[in-house]
Amino acid sequence: MAKKLLVTSSPHYRSERTTGKVMLDVIIAMFPISAMSVVYFGWRALALTAISVAACIAFESLFNLIAKKNNTVSDLSAVVTGMLLSFNLPVTAPYWIAVVGSFFAIVVVKMLFGGLGKNFANPALAARAFLFSWPMLMTTFVKPLTRTLPVFYDPIFTNGAELPDYIDSVTTATPLASLKTGALPDGTSIVDMFLGNIGGCMGEVCTAAILLGGIYLLLRRVITWHIPAAYLGTVALITFVFPLTGGNFNWQFMVYELLSGGLMLAAFFMATDYVTAPVTARGKLLFGIGCGLLTVFLRYYSGYSEGVSYAILIMNVLAVPIDKITKPRRFGIGGGYNDAK
Amino acid sequence: MAFSFKGGIHPDYNKERTYASPIEVLPPTEEMYLPLSQHIGAPCTPTVQPGDHVKMGQIIADNPVAMACPIHSPVSGRFRGVVQHWHPSGTRQPTMVIENDGLDTVDESLHPYEGDLDDLTPADIIQFARASGTVGMGGAAFPLHVKLKTALDKKIETIIINGSECEPFITADHRAMVEYPATIINGVKLIMKCLNKDTAVVAIESNKPDAIASMSKAAEDSDIRICELPTKYPQGGEKQLIKAITGREIPPGKLPMDIGCAVFNVDTCASLFRYVSKGRPLTKRVCTVSGSAVIRPANLLVRIGTPYYALFDYCNGFVEDPYKIISGGPMMGSAQHALETPVVKNTSALLAFCGDEESFEDNPTCTRCGKCIEVCPMRLLPTYIYQHALAEEFAECKKLNVTDCIECGCCSYVCPGKLHLVQAMRMAKGNIPKN
Repeated sequence: MAKKLLVTSSPHYRSERTTGKVMLDVIIAMFPISAMSVVYFGWRALALTAISVAACIAFESLFNLIAKKNNTVSDLSAVVTGMLLSFNLPVTAPYWIAVVGSFFAIVVVKMLFGGLGKNFANPALAARAFLFSWPMLMTTFVKPLTRTLPVFYDPIFTNGAELPDYIDSVTTATPLASLKTGALPDGTSIVDMFLGNIGGCMGEVCTAAILLGGIYLLLRRVITWHIPAAYLGTVALITFVFPLTGGNFNWQFMVYELLSGGLMLAAFFMATDYVTAPVTARGKLLFGIGCGLLTVFLRYYSGYSEGVSYAILIMNVLAVPIDKITKPRRFGIGGGYNDAK
Repeated sequence: MAFSFKGGIHPDYNKERTYASPIEVLPPTEEMYLPLSQHIGAPCTPTVQPGDHVKMGQIIADNPVAMACPIHSPVSGRFRGVVQHWHPSGTRQPTMVIENDGLDTVDESLHPYEGDLDDLTPADIIQFARASGTVGMGGAAFPLHVKLKTALDKKIETIIINGSECEPFITADHRAMVEYPATIINGVKLIMKCLNKDTAVVAIESNKPDAIASMSKAAEDSDIRICELPTKYPQGGEKQLIKAITGREIPPGKLPMDIGCAVFNVDTCASLFRYVSKGRPLTKRVCTVSGSAVIRPANLLVRIGTPYYALFDYCNGFVEDPYKIISGGPMMGSAQHALETPVVKNTSALLAFCGDEESFEDNPTCTRCGKCIEVCPMRLLPTYIYQHALAEEFAECKKLNVTDCIECGCCSYVCPGKLHLVQAMRMAKGNIPKN
């Protein structure tokens, strides 16, 4: 035989799933969200997404080049980060915000800690938190389906408040701002909330699209049910029992809370980030519950009306300690499975 | 009853290549190579002198210690001597070479047991088990008589016969159950008699409906129960099998017998019965030849000691030069590097792969996806053990119970980052500090 035989440790059989294919599934799951952002906010939404994706890829390549490492962009995680980052921006955000956010996410949060798998915080969320250094730019929301911003509109030298005149008339508050005051948003139905016909970040508003993507991720077994169920369940329970509207057991308040802000996007796409969530099943439940408790706490009592990103960032830090306290039961010990002896 | 276990995987089984192929008899080669170490325990020493003429079925090597059983000549011919030859373990080991005279003259001292099977005592059956040279044919190669003796000493509640054959590609046991179910069932009865039990459970995975049917028919008039298990790897792993059948878990470091179970492979039972009823010791076994590089995959009845190349030649050779040859299944088998290596008592399959079965990464990267934890049937945390093993923190590995790892390969199989998880676990196990 001409060729030498390869001798390695078993197993000699591996699934075809690679990290790149998993990330591709996540990207596919985000397509409906991206599509709806264009429907609601115009082509500028897609341009923002494209710019942050391109910036993430560029920064990762550049970092690898400078650090003399093999380029890692083929694992597609930079694309996922770029898309998620743009979903956390309002459509009015200047393009440079996306670039700065991408730099922070990829270089500071991910690559400086050793690249994919080594970062302790979710890059897109950490970048979002960092970008709140420009609160005006991050919170100027417009109503969906109104006259949309032109692609070439870019308030690069402005403070972001100077929107074109016709846009100024359609800026809006998010439903969360209203909920924080204890009132259900006026004139916004639950159907509007579900379909995303509300003010908010590009990728956050359309719950229908997010659920579609989430179901795809579950079916493809990219994520498990533990984190979304525990996270949304916890938020639902607390907001139902202790609504800000006063009294107890307000299911409407609960539904509005669930459908507003970044909660849905976060529950399926951010809190489930492999790198920064626990790996054990019980750990994932605990993590989801923690995210839920913190989200409601921050939404009720913090200076911002939204609490999702900080809640997840705090839980990110606890991911490894949670793993340590939720190790599965050792085979053959306890559980009454070996009563014979 | 649960009939399953937590974790596990559903790989492409690729059994359709051979599951309908009847067992074909492979002619012996001119030279047969019999390693002196073919079972767990002490290796044998030759009982014949170089130059001696040996007959088929004659004992040619043995060891009187408890943990050993004899090796029989698979052909008649001249014993040339002991040489250092390739062994499936990947090392060169002392190996007896028999020059086949092609006559297959049977050793006349071998004869079937002619008395009533009901008169056999446990001691008789244990004696037969030893004389037959039978070892665990599923892969472990644990001498049968040792297992029977230990099981007899401890109180056994459940006898489990393992016909699950969960490794991809392999169909040797499958064909055995389809083609000679009565031999297997009679062997099971001998084991039941030996262990003073009235019943036994034969566990077969649901992907072998014809085997379930033929075994059920053969077991009709007995108290042997055929149990269909869901198809999931590693269903045939001893710990997982016992969990599925009895709901019990073997505590760490303990044996099946400690929780009242004894597990035997289907072909082990057949080998025992063949010796008792026909006077045929273990000199042949069924071996599946398959894999993407094999032109005509088949199930072969192979004489033990036949070099690998004879099996592949019989199957019309290779589609292209294989990049890997595996003795056993793709999940737990061992990669081979020499085609001169002989088939031994526990070679259940010989696979030749072109390379599509595996993919590697230059930089295996853990994304903490947790798949390895989802699938680990021993409920370990493979990714954490991996990190500690690479950092040479073996005491930490021990705290994470790396010693529980059964090396089934599920974690490495599912890992999208292509981490060498099982390899790291093996490395950690070998480096666990004493105390």
